[in-house]
Amino acid sequence: MKIGVPKEVHAGEQRVALTPETAGRIQKLGFDLCIESGAGAAAQFSDEAYREAGVEVTDDTRRVWGESDIVLKVRGPEAHPALGVDETELLKAGSTLISFIWPAQNEALLEKIRARGATAIAMDMVPRISRAQKMDALSSMANIGGYRAIVEAANNFGRFFTGQITAAGKVPPAKVLVIGAGVAGLAAIGAAGALGAIVRAFDTRPEVKQQVESMGAEFLELDFEEEGSGGGGYAKVMSEEFIKAEMELFAEQAKDVDIIVTTALIPGKPAPELITEDMVKSMKPGSVIVDLAAEQGGNCKLTVAGEVVERHGVKLIGYTDLPSRMAAQSSQLYGTNLWHMLTDLTPEKDGAINVDMEDDVIRGATVVKDGEITFPPPPPKTPAIAPHKAEEAKPAPKEEKPANVGLKSAVTLVIGGIVLAALGTVAPPAFMGHFTVFVLACFVGWQVIWNVKPALHTPLMSVTNAISGIIVIGALLQISNPSSLVVVLAGVSVLIATINIAGGFLVTQRMLRMFQKS
Amino acid sequence: MTSGLTTVAYIGASILFILSLAGLSKQTTARRGNLLGMGGMVIAIVATIALALDQSERPVGVTAALIVGVLLIGALVGTWRARSVEMTQMPELIAILHSFVGAAAVLIGFNSYLTEGHDAVHLIEVFLGVFIGAVTFTGSIVAFLKLSARMKSSPLTLPGRHALNLAGLVVSLGLGAWFVAAPSVLPLILMTVIALAIGFHLVAAIGGGDMPVVVSMLNSYSGWAAAAAGFMLGNDLLIVVGALVGSSGAILSYIMCKAMNRKFLAVILGGFGGDGAAPSAASEGPQGEHTEVSVAETVELLSAARSVVIAPGYGMAVAKAQYPVAELVTRLRSRGVKVRFAVHPVAGRLPGHMNVLLAEARVPYDIVLELDEINEDFADTDVVLVIGANDTVNPAALEDPGSPIAGMPVLEVWNAEQVVVFKRSMATGYAGVQNPLFFRDNTAMLFGDAKTQVEAIVAAMPATEAVDA
Repeated sequence: MKIGVPKEVHAGEQRVALTPETAGRIQKLGFDLCIESGAGAAAQFSDEAYREAGVEVTDDTRRVWGESDIVLKVRGPEAHPALGVDETELLKAGSTLISFIWPAQNEALLEKIRARGATAIAMDMVPRISRAQKMDALSSMANIGGYRAIVEAANNFGRFFTGQITAAGKVPPAKVLVIGAGVAGLAAIGAAGALGAIVRAFDTRPEVKQQVESMGAEFLELDFEEEGSGGGGYAKVMSEEFIKAEMELFAEQAKDVDIIVTTALIPGKPAPELITEDMVKSMKPGSVIVDLAAEQGGNCKLTVAGEVVERHGVKLIGYTDLPSRMAAQSSQLYGTNLWHMLTDLTPEKDGAINVDMEDDVIRGATVVKDGEITFPPPPPKTPAIAPHKAEEAKPAPKEEKPANVGLKSAVTLVIGGIVLAALGTVAPPAFMGHFTVFVLACFVGWQVIWNVKPALHTPLMSVTNAISGIIVIGALLQISNPSSLVVVLAGVSVLIATINIAGGFLVTQRMLRMFQKS
Repeated sequence: MTSGLTTVAYIGASILFILSLAGLSKQTTARRGNLLGMGGMVIAIVATIALALDQSERPVGVTAALIVGVLLIGALVGTWRARSVEMTQMPELIAILHSFVGAAAVLIGFNSYLTEGHDAVHLIEVFLGVFIGAVTFTGSIVAFLKLSARMKSSPLTLPGRHALNLAGLVVSLGLGAWFVAAPSVLPLILMTVIALAIGFHLVAAIGGGDMPVVVSMLNSYSGWAAAAAGFMLGNDLLIVVGALVGSSGAILSYIMCKAMNRKFLAVILGGFGGDGAAPSAASEGPQGEHTEVSVAETVELLSAARSVVIAPGYGMAVAKAQYPVAELVTRLRSRGVKVRFAVHPVAGRLPGHMNVLLAEARVPYDIVLELDEINEDFADTDVVLVIGANDTVNPAALEDPGSPIAGMPVLEVWNAEQVVVFKRSMATGYAGVQNPLFFRDNTAMLFGDAKTQVEAIVAAMPATEAVDA
């Protein structure tokens, strides 16, 4: 089958759905590739590089669309400014389009694709289950967005992120608050932390606390009980009391922090307002807010989508194209996501795709199938991150043990005592003397051996081996016996016990000599 | 020399042996500990030789020549073995040395019967000493054969094997009663034969992966055999040393069992890994698809990593990959990467086996960490390399209550950013349990011989990065 990659037509879009590297991998699946000339230019991939990777490069836009069985794109189809037609009309009947589609917001687009009798796979509809992570383009784009948000914030912030003590005075570290610890939020936390800032983060879903802390940020918590996880790893709308408590926390934090990054989005709804105008006013002059939800109306009402504005001395960054601003990186990751998607679509690696509607991942992402709208898919059921139920369940069974153990050891002690007493009544005194030595030595051994480091267990075994060769002294005393049978037996035991002693001690010494500190 | 002086020498030797074991608690004092042990041994042997010459019933010169000759030969053979053995063969060497102690205990037992009085207590002591010695002897021989791959390491499961062992024990008890009632050498010999058979069968029924427990158990037995010899000869030094060694082996066995979450008795009765455990439905067959990586991709992962943990297992010992692994560690460390080792208590075939192999390859011991020390840190680790380990990194132990290894403490490598598993194929590990780790999204498989693959990685990785000035 032939795959075509047209140039993106959306104003300002710099990404491209195919890079020379992913081209090589896609070809291995058995596909032929064709790209529109200049498609990768904005992402620093030249036509020449594509040609070297074995991709056909053509100037003819209509050919790229019309001759391809599969079309790979970043943005969904829209009106083509140069040709004056809608891109869907360029789509070959019966072909497959793979791109971002946003079906919930673009019913008209779905209808147009349906009318062409085509199939559309929406990269934004890939279910958020662990098996599909490798093709989750939303996550890979959000990751870049979160990173770039910090870069933009740093660019607009007039001070260092990291604290320093210099000859010219002390510089306090910047304080960054990240609201929403999804993929973008975590990427922002990581980037800000790497620049040396003090990072705090808030999320309505308590199960992300560990992830936030693992990135080195402080997780802010409310004194409030409410579970905020919706289906599929997204947050849900919270109750009014919760939102009130949350807003108080933000108001308090706004006075303290220098940078706020908001990433709060609830699928299919306008972005919730988290940063009020009053909070912006309370921030220190020169502070920066990066609103990653600007496209959906913004987590702050003062944000202007696509622009940087200054309000009350605070810079509000409302860029909606952060991934596109790092086009080389985002094209690479998006291209890899597409490659994974194609890999799943062509299980035989024979260059022919099979849109298998039984496969949960493919079913979820396919929004139009052979001229029939298949959106919305049945909702995903498994929560993306399992809540920590196991920890609650654990302590219960442990509770009853101590009493049991106590009883057991008491019984053992009593039985042991009885056996010893019985022994004491029948055994001769000479034996009891040796027996005392034996029991005491057992206890000494028990105390001493527990201190041995596990790393030294092998040397311990070889040393104990060597010293158990002490059995030689028994044989040595027997060797002077006049009976020749006894002498032979004793001689053999002396011999093998000596091998044991010499071998055990020397090999231990050899081993121990190897242990060295760095 | 008087027996008073001998006793003093024995007390000194006992103290030196205890100090020797105490010295082994830390790497920094371990060598001194070993030297103290040697000192103790020399004192004990010299004192005993003096005593033996003093009591000699034939010309002193003959006895002395006999003793010195035999000692010299033994010492030469022992020295030769100690120098020539490879560290990967440590488990075999230790197993065969255990068998020597067992054999010596049997011989001394017979001698003691032949040379001394026949009161009931002494007869019981002789009988017990010979029994333990014989079991230790054949058990260690089988362990040696299994460890050196001269015998199949899978468990031998005869029908009614528990009944066989039990019958052997009961018959031995009967023979014991006969021996005490009417002292003669016949029941003693019969019992020895049965005990030898029990030792053989006991260890033959235990699979290769349980060898750490078996070797520690035999270590313990060799101690008890020495203690029993001490009782029959009325020698306190033998009793003390036997008790020390016996409890040492017992503690090691206990630690190993705990690390596998198995009952000691269950391990000793054997059969695991062959038929015993019924696998739960979830653990049967492959559970999804695995991702493969190439050497080049692994190098790329490692170059980008800031923190790397290596989890070695028996497979590393088999492939003798410790040297290239150590070289890889040196290269990574020279680039400022934080590299550490995570060693599971039962990794390998001997307690502490991995530590010795890594030490041999000159990996500093302070970056070789134990299960409890490192489990928390996996979440902060970029790349984990699992080299020849399987069951010790199986998440099913924690997540699948129906798994045969459920509850066994494991290295939680899957919490790391990326896991690369070096493995020959997708075959299951010793416990015969499928490992869900291999199908995780952050796990990638690097198939092939561990040594070749690690060498390829080392070759593809420049010794030092262009250092930024």
